[in-house]
Amino acid sequence: MTTTAPPTTPGPAPGGPSGASRPGAPRRRARNTDRGVNRAFRWTATGAGGLILAVLAAVAIFLVLRAWPALTAGGDVLGEEVSWFPEGASLLSFVGPLVFGTLLAAALSLLLATPVAMGIALFISHYAPRRLASTLGYVVDLLAAIPSVVYGLWGSLVLPPIVVPVWSWLADTLGWFPLFAGPASPTGRVLLTVALVLAVMILPIITAVSREVFLQTPKLHEEAALALGATRWEMIRTAVIPFGRSGVISAAMLGLGRALGETMAVLMILSPGLLYSFKILQAGQQQTIAANIAADFPEANPLGVSTLIATGLALFVITLLVNMGARAIVARRKDFSGAN
Amino acid sequence: MAQRIDVKDLNIYYGDFLAVQDVGMTIDPKSVTAFIGPSGCGKSTFLRTLNRMHEVIPGARVEGTVAMEGVDLYGDDVDPVAVRRQVGMVFQRPNPFPTMSIKENVLAGVKLNNKRISKSDAEDLVESSLRGANLWNEVKDRLDRPGSGLSGGQQQRLCIARAIAVKPQVLLMDEPCSALDPISTLAIEDLIAELKDEYTIVIVTHNMQQAARVSDRTAFFNIAGTGKPGRLIEMDDTATMFSSPSQQATEDYISGRFG
Amino acid sequence: MSALSTSPARGASAPDPERTASVRALLRGADAGRRRKDRTMTVLMWSAFGLAMVPLVSVAWTVVVHGMERFNVYFLTHSMRGVFGGMDAGGIYHAILGTLLITLGAAVISVPIGLLAAIYLVEYGRGPLARAVTFFVDVMTGIPSIVAGLFAYALFAVIFGPGVRMGIVGSVALSVLMIPVVVRSCEEMLRLVPNELREAAYALGVPKWLTVVRVVLRTSIAGITTGVMLAVARVIGETAPLLITVGVVDSINGNLFEGRMMTLPVYVYRQYSQGLVPCSNVTDVVCIPDINYDRAWAAALTLILIVMLLNLVGRLVTRWFAPKTLR
Repeated sequence: MTTTAPPTTPGPAPGGPSGASRPGAPRRRARNTDRGVNRAFRWTATGAGGLILAVLAAVAIFLVLRAWPALTAGGDVLGEEVSWFPEGASLLSFVGPLVFGTLLAAALSLLLATPVAMGIALFISHYAPRRLASTLGYVVDLLAAIPSVVYGLWGSLVLPPIVVPVWSWLADTLGWFPLFAGPASPTGRVLLTVALVLAVMILPIITAVSREVFLQTPKLHEEAALALGATRWEMIRTAVIPFGRSGVISAAMLGLGRALGETMAVLMILSPGLLYSFKILQAGQQQTIAANIAADFPEANPLGVSTLIATGLALFVITLLVNMGARAIVARRKDFSGAN
Repeated sequence: MAQRIDVKDLNIYYGDFLAVQDVGMTIDPKSVTAFIGPSGCGKSTFLRTLNRMHEVIPGARVEGTVAMEGVDLYGDDVDPVAVRRQVGMVFQRPNPFPTMSIKENVLAGVKLNNKRISKSDAEDLVESSLRGANLWNEVKDRLDRPGSGLSGGQQQRLCIARAIAVKPQVLLMDEPCSALDPISTLAIEDLIAELKDEYTIVIVTHNMQQAARVSDRTAFFNIAGTGKPGRLIEMDDTATMFSSPSQQATEDYISGRFG
Repeated sequence: MSALSTSPARGASAPDPERTASVRALLRGADAGRRRKDRTMTVLMWSAFGLAMVPLVSVAWTVVVHGMERFNVYFLTHSMRGVFGGMDAGGIYHAILGTLLITLGAAVISVPIGLLAAIYLVEYGRGPLARAVTFFVDVMTGIPSIVAGLFAYALFAVIFGPGVRMGIVGSVALSVLMIPVVVRSCEEMLRLVPNELREAAYALGVPKWLTVVRVVLRTSIAGITTGVMLAVARVIGETAPLLITVGVVDSINGNLFEGRMMTLPVYVYRQYSQGLVPCSNVTDVVCIPDINYDRAWAAALTLILIVMLLNLVGRLVTRWFAPKTLR
């Protein structure tokens, strides 16, 4: 086996078996080789690639198709036919608070997770002993292997007694700040608890992407900083972080995408409400799109299902935009570092 | 400003591998000392022990003493960060920080030590450092542009400006011209000749003509074979080294018979 | 080495004590503030990692401790049929069966598509289509699982009419989540196959498709197996899409194409949401108030064990087979 060969470059394998080495024969052979099974195989593979695009398009199309009845029905019809639809609301004013709650929960979790994830990523890339680094990375990845329903169970049965005293202390001391307005719910089923659990769940992806970026920092620049008499932290600040900034941003956006769509942890922990409320220590204030769908779907009538699918469409669009933004940044980075 | 360095019985390791064995030498202040020798003979490795950059590589360590004016750089009460502050370094490939402007690059080292440098002091320092690196006239109109937009030779002089902006005692140069074209190389060599009035300069070079042109003293390193440690073969005034070396190996290398 | 030392005037003179003192002062160290900051940051980095370990250890600990209470052969081999109130009975056999069948269904759908798409990207892909596929595969990894569930529901609702609940709908939902993961890992593995191997096959006159099947796939089969197992491990814990597409049921259903099925993650949620059982003290029937929570923990333990087993076996497969083929 060829063991010394480097991993193949992204470029595809040479187009055809018959190279330009034999000027006489190739033309006919080239045509020959793209016949029968060979061509069928190529088309099958290409078809599978195209199918993926088709699936993504189908997700959008079918969601629109099933959401159509709710999108076209007026608010009054929805209010009459759908038991949980608020009286006198329109579809837009129903989705509004859900979008708000989704964004708030995701933003809070991102706020909690990103600094810790960056710390872990730097720890693994620049502080931990070399031999331990990959093991430590694997241990962090284990957090991603725990199913979300288990996080939900943990966050609703184990976490509240631990966090409630902290939350009440927050409400008592920082209650003047709108986010921490008291009184803190004694059940702990509030948005901050949810955000905490979401933060744990998105930690691995942010860590993994940031770690990769930090590890790519050119040795040249790290040594330049050290040779100027920088301490390790100063080296990280002058060379590593500026280099990895865009990568960390896209990592955070990927984490945001995860947090936006997470269902079970929110469903099992949060005591829901449909308000535009920043009170993250009080129960019954906010709800997220995903959790709302999971909560109401099993009992919904056809128009109710349609309404929920319409909210799901909103979630789909939001996450799609966030993910496309993140991936575009990553892709641009790849081009950039490739040019160097 | 410039200080003398005395190296005694220095062994340099990468993990268990002995890379350079038993080096002893004296580096004079306000002079240029050149290290020459074939690839892999340990001259760059040795250079990196003079400002404790060697130990940045995991598992790397040294035995013996490197003393600056009698103070062992590897002593217990010496901070490697302070050593690197006093012993500046210029690398083989120019490495200005890509996210910083020319001005920020020059000030990068100073900012670490002294966060509240006044604006006019900073501008003076940028100018004097860039003048010191013979770069001022070329970049004075675009100090706020990224340093990575300069040519290779200009980038390397920017790195020299960055190194001398922190006013080190000693300046180490690890093949500073190997990635540059002949004209840029000449500019750097002129600069070295000027800098030696103020700094102790140690330069590693592959180019023997360069060593002959710029240095006052020359040290020749050699390696007995692959996997064997590098050694200091001979060190003397440059003129003597190139006219009448005392070792056969030096003469072979200088006359181009190997390496 | 003394022979190498130069003229006595240079070598012998002892350093001037005054200069020694000043150099010593210079080298003593950066100012205390900078060193303190550096040390603080080091401590912070370590504690960031420590902080992440708290939930990991806490989750693992609580799941094991609470889960062990009911985790036994009876629990694994019985369904919930006829179990009500606080009865000391009931198990997860039907949920394990459902999870295995639905996940198997998802794997059957997504592995061929994902593998072929990866082959397309590595062996044929170039131009705008390949770029689009690469980009949207990445985007697809970010689709929320509940949206995948809604999609599968909507798809089958269009075909079979609304309100349809069966296992295969869940499989379709999971495969939407699984395909991008399979593509990514397979692509990575196929790219590891050295080009020389392909060229060697071409040189022997082997047609391209046969080269891909016989040489490229055979060389990377261990890595692909690992990738698929890790992808399965990722989707096997999905709850939300199954909750809305497959529903819940108390008895055993082994048919993917007919009726509701129970799955492990949904079982955990279902037991949890049923909450505490109100036990009256007068009856002589055994009644355990928090039986539902106990079952939820035990099922969660089972689920985590399955996920960990898949992860472990997946990694072992590479370790066992990789040396013979790659690296």
